[in-house]
Amino acid sequence: MSRFLSLAVLVAAWAITAAVAQSRLLPGPLAVGATTLSELRSGELPFQMACTLGRVIGSFAIAMILGSMAGYAMGRSKALDRFADSWLVVLINMPALVVIIFAYIWIGLNETAAILAVAINKLPNVIVVMREGTRALDPEIDEMATAFQFTALKKIRHVVIPQLAPYLAASSRSGLSIVWKIVLVVELLGRPNGVGFVLGSAFSLFDMAKILSYAICFIALMLVIEGLLVQPLERRANRWRRRLA
Amino acid sequence: MLELRIDAKSYLSADGMAVEVVRGLDLRLETGSFGALIGPSGCGKTTILKIAAGLDTDFRGERRTPGSGRLGMVFQEPRLLAWRTVEQNIRLALAPDRADIDLTELVGILGLGAHLARYPGELSLGLARRVAVARAFAVDPDFLLLDEPFVSLDEATADRLRNELMALTTRTEVTTLFVTHDLAEAVQLADRLFFLAERPTRIILERQLPPPRGMRGKDAVAAISDEMRALLAQATAGVDKG
Repeated sequence: MSRFLSLAVLVAAWAITAAVAQSRLLPGPLAVGATTLSELRSGELPFQMACTLGRVIGSFAIAMILGSMAGYAMGRSKALDRFADSWLVVLINMPALVVIIFAYIWIGLNETAAILAVAINKLPNVIVVMREGTRALDPEIDEMATAFQFTALKKIRHVVIPQLAPYLAASSRSGLSIVWKIVLVVELLGRPNGVGFVLGSAFSLFDMAKILSYAICFIALMLVIEGLLVQPLERRANRWRRRLA
Repeated sequence: MLELRIDAKSYLSADGMAVEVVRGLDLRLETGSFGALIGPSGCGKTTILKIAAGLDTDFRGERRTPGSGRLGMVFQEPRLLAWRTVEQNIRLALAPDRADIDLTELVGILGLGAHLARYPGELSLGLARRVAVARAFAVDPDFLLLDEPFVSLDEATADRLRNELMALTTRTEVTTLFVTHDLAEAVQLADRLFFLAERPTRIILERQLPPPRGMRGKDAVAAISDEMRALLAQATAGVDKG
C-alpha cells in the first residue's frame, strides 16, 4: 500500500512539474501514456523490447554461468585465487565503454560482439560474489560428503548449490539491473534495433515522450521479471529456512 | 581387521609452530568388534578418528580398513544438510546401487518414522543425532567411526541412544571405533578399550572386556570402571617414572 502511495506521489510530482514547465522537453504522464499506447498498437514497442530482452537474457546467462564457475574455482583454490586476482581487478575496473568498443572492433558490429561485451562487463561482479560464497562453504559438511563418498555431481547438487543459493540470488539481482543498463549502451553504439537504438534515434530528434515511454516500459518489464522469476526462485531455495523458529 | 599405525602426526599452528599431536600410536581392532578410544579432552581423539576415516592423509604411518572399506561415520555434531529432509539426508549418503533400499526397519529402531519429511532445523539435538546414526548405518558400512556422538545430550536421551547403538551394532556386527571421554559409556558399549595419553598421544593401556557386551548392568559397569581407573593410574605412574 505504501509502495503504491509513493509511486502515486512520484507520478503526481512529475505531472505538476510538467504542467508548470510547459516544455517540449518534459512531457507529462498523459502525453507519455498516449505515446506508449500508439507504440504498443503499431507493434514497434514489443518488437524493440523483445530484441533487447533477448540480449539481456543471453549475456546474463553467459555471465552467470562463467562467473559462477570461475568464482567457485577461485574460492576453492588459494593458488588460483592469487594467480587470477589481478586479472579480476583489471576486469572490475575496466570501463564498460572500453569493453564494448574493443568487442565491436575485434569481433565486428554483430550480435556476438554485443552479447559478449555485456557479459564481460557483468562477469567480474559475479565472480567476486560467488568467490565470497564459496569461501563461506561449511568445511564440516564437505568432510561429511567425503566420508560418505559423495560423487562430484551429488556434491555440487546437494551440498554446494544449496549453500550458494543466497549468493546466486544476490548476484542475479544486481546482475539483471547492470546487464540491462549496459545492453542499452551496446545497442546505442552498434545495433540496428532494440530499446537502446530507439532511445538513440529519439535523442537525436529530441523526442522526450518516446524516450520516457520506452524507459518506463523497460523498467516495468524488469520489475515483472524480478517479481515473477527471481523472487519465487529465491523463496523455493529457502523453503527449509522458513520452517525454522 | 582395522589397523591404524600413526608414527607421527603434527600440524602447523596459527603462529607457524609445528604441534605434535600423535606419536607412536598402534591400534588393531578385530573385525566385528567394538572398540572405544578413551582420553582426556584435547588429546587428539578427533585427529585420530579423522585419520582412521581417511579424511586426513597427512601423517606418517599406515591405515588398513576392513572389508571393502565402506565407511559409516557419526561426527560430534550431526552434520546434516539443513536444506534436505531427514529422509533425503539418509538416502544421499547411499551408494547408487543401494539408493532405493527399504529404510523402514532402521528408521523404526531409531524412532525416526514420524520425522522423515522434516528438515534438520526442526529437530531436537537428540533427534538430529539419531538421523546421523541412521545415515551411518544405512550405508551398510564395513567399519563405523563415532566421534563422541552423545555429548551434550541429557542423560536419559544419551542412554536411549546408547541402547539403540548397542542394538544396531550387535545386529550388523560392524567393526566399530567409538571415541569418548566418558569411561562408563565406553565400558557399557565396548569389547575393547584403548586409553590415550596426553599430547602427543599414544595408547598407554589396552584392555579386552569379558563378553557379553550390552548385558553389563550398572554395578558391573561401575566395578569395571573402577578397575580400569586403577590400572590407568598405574600405567600413568609408570610413564612418569620412565
